[in-house]
Amino acid sequence: MTDGATNSGQDDAPLATSKHGDPAGETGGRMRETAGDQITSRAVTINRPRTELYAYWRDFANLATFMENVERIDVKDATTSHWVVAAPAGKTVEWDALVTEDEAGSLIAWESAPGADVPNSGRIEFVEAQGGRGTVVTATILYDPPAGVVGKIVAKLFQREPAIQARRDLRRFKQLMETGEISTNAMNPAQAAAKEV
Amino acid sequence: MRALAWHGRHDVRVDTVDDPEIVNRRDAIIKVTSTAICGSDLHLYDGYIPTMKAGDILGHEFMGEVVEVGPGSTLKKGQRVVVPFTIACGSCYHCGKQQFSACDNGNPADNQDIAEKLYGQPMSGLFGYSHMTGGYAGGQAEYVRVPYSDVGPIVIPDGVDDDKVLFLSDILPTGWQAAENADIEPGDTVAVWGCGPVGLFAVQSAFLMGAARVIAIDHFPKRLELARRFGAETINFEETATYDALMQMTGGIGPDACIDSVGLEAHGLFVDNVVDQIKKSTFLGTDRIHSIRQAIVACRKGGRVSMPAVYGGIVDKFPLGALMEKGLTLKTGQTHVQRYLPGLLNAIMEEKIDTTFLISHRMPLEQGAEAYRMFHDEQNDVTKIVLKPGMASAAAATA
Ligand SMILES: NC(=O)c1ccc[n+]([C@@H]2O[C@H](COP(=O)([O-])OP(=O)(O)OC[C@H]3O[C@@H](n4cnc5c(N)ncnc54)[C@H](O)[C@@H]3O)[C@@H](O)[C@H]2O)c1
Ligand SMILES: [Zn+2]
Ligand SMILES: [Zn+2]
Repeated sequence: MTDGATNSGQDDAPLATSKHGDPAGETGGRMRETAGDQITSRAVTINRPRTELYAYWRDFANLATFMENVERIDVKDATTSHWVVAAPAGKTVEWDALVTEDEAGSLIAWESAPGADVPNSGRIEFVEAQGGRGTVVTATILYDPPAGVVGKIVAKLFQREPAIQARRDLRRFKQLMETGEISTNAMNPAQAAAKEV
Repeated sequence: MRALAWHGRHDVRVDTVDDPEIVNRRDAIIKVTSTAICGSDLHLYDGYIPTMKAGDILGHEFMGEVVEVGPGSTLKKGQRVVVPFTIACGSCYHCGKQQFSACDNGNPADNQDIAEKLYGQPMSGLFGYSHMTGGYAGGQAEYVRVPYSDVGPIVIPDGVDDDKVLFLSDILPTGWQAAENADIEPGDTVAVWGCGPVGLFAVQSAFLMGAARVIAIDHFPKRLELARRFGAETINFEETATYDALMQMTGGIGPDACIDSVGLEAHGLFVDNVVDQIKKSTFLGTDRIHSIRQAIVACRKGGRVSMPAVYGGIVDKFPLGALMEKGLTLKTGQTHVQRYLPGLLNAIMEEKIDTTFLISHRMPLEQGAEAYRMFHDEQNDVTKIVLKPGMASAAAATA
């Protein structure tokens, strides 16, 4: 038993993942419902005011800073952004996403534009925590694994445990917001860029 | 640079590796002048702590000179600092409550998974102590990258010897927190299991906090002798049955507070310990918990049990009934080092606490492998080894 990273990936039991067939309404609020959809949802408390967290997230270009798989997000206009996500074998997957709901300081929901290789949507909510602990941030990601060979490769990227990815991304978001940086054990900037565990 | 790396059970080597660089804004790079081997390192050396990888640089007790700073560090080049073994951000909820070893952010996001699964929530990062606690390179090296250098390291005034302040990094605050967790009241008798560095600092701290008597327990005569130097009475568990001796010494009451500073590698041919040992060797269990069992059973009714000793897994034959029926309080945890630094530095400067008595050996970092072997095999004579990266091999000295 030596490799922490591998261990954690093997028998993971995501906290709030409902697999095939579960009604999306249970965790996904007003998100699309399709039979093959996968939902992952997780809450984290961040010791910062919710307006600040909302503002950072609402600028989608920021998300690549802490989302490990996301190479870059270009903001095209007030509701449209273009996502470039790293896929296996040095490839990338790209799609446009549209903001579907937006309540200043409390909620952002987005959805991939029609025709995306992996139809997906996300929703992030910001609720003031009790006792002056900051903000409870709840993220819900819903995606629809595609069929076919190309779909399989693409899905592999998402199926690298979306729950693991989501919780790690949320931890990085928390670190960035609370400390101004993302914790790393890297010995130098090159190692940090390679995102070693 | 040269650094002492873990390569497997009883296999540590001094390797040549890349120098660390500034990665994050709040980082500093420290050129290590002194670094110690800890009882906790022996748990790694013996292979009891999971998620180690070959090549991991060890060491969590170190100090040195600031040689580089990121733009968010408050340190200045040339300052001498002691670095806490707990890596804490200073800005999360737990840091705000001074619970630094419970920091939400000190452990990198990907490394938090295992601890979250094992313990429910992940703990802070630690230097040189497995990937579960961050996978950070440790301080038994010439240089260390220190994250969150604006909240961790304490600056040491000029002219104060390394030897005097080095133990602020871990074992002194750990012994202090152990005594604090024992909620000592004037007139109390405090029993301390284990006269290693942690136990010996717990003995000193317990007296400073008003204990009337401290009873220290071990089987190494030289370590027991050190405890007596600070005014403790002692029990050699190989010569006397600990429980019987404690009952006799406390007039049948039992100690008011019991401190377990032994940990998951308890020695001794006690029935429960031997059973634990067999389970460990057959991978049915990982921790030998003899000393905490004994502490709970010996403790007086309504008393306090403090457990600085490290345990990692799930145990059995834990005397839950005694804990409950006698209404004991149990407090424990990795030390919130940052919380105690200013106060303990003062105590050292005012000579209220003696730290240098502990050091039995000073050796060059290059002899690190030999130092581990000695600390592991010769505990009677070797109470604490300080490694000096700059020290020439020929100058290796015994205190
Ligand atoms: N809580 C923390 O943050 C923290 C920090 C540092 C160390 N620790 C832990 O504290 C413990 C002690 O550390 P140390 O550096 O003093 O270690 P050490 O190995 O030098 O000392 C342990 C002592 O316990 C004695 N011992 C063994 N079995 C015993 C028994 N059955 N009864 C009485 N004594 C017994 C040994 O002879 C030895 O002298 C370790 O588990 C270490 O991991 C915890
Ligand atoms: Zn230590
Ligand atoms: Zn923190």
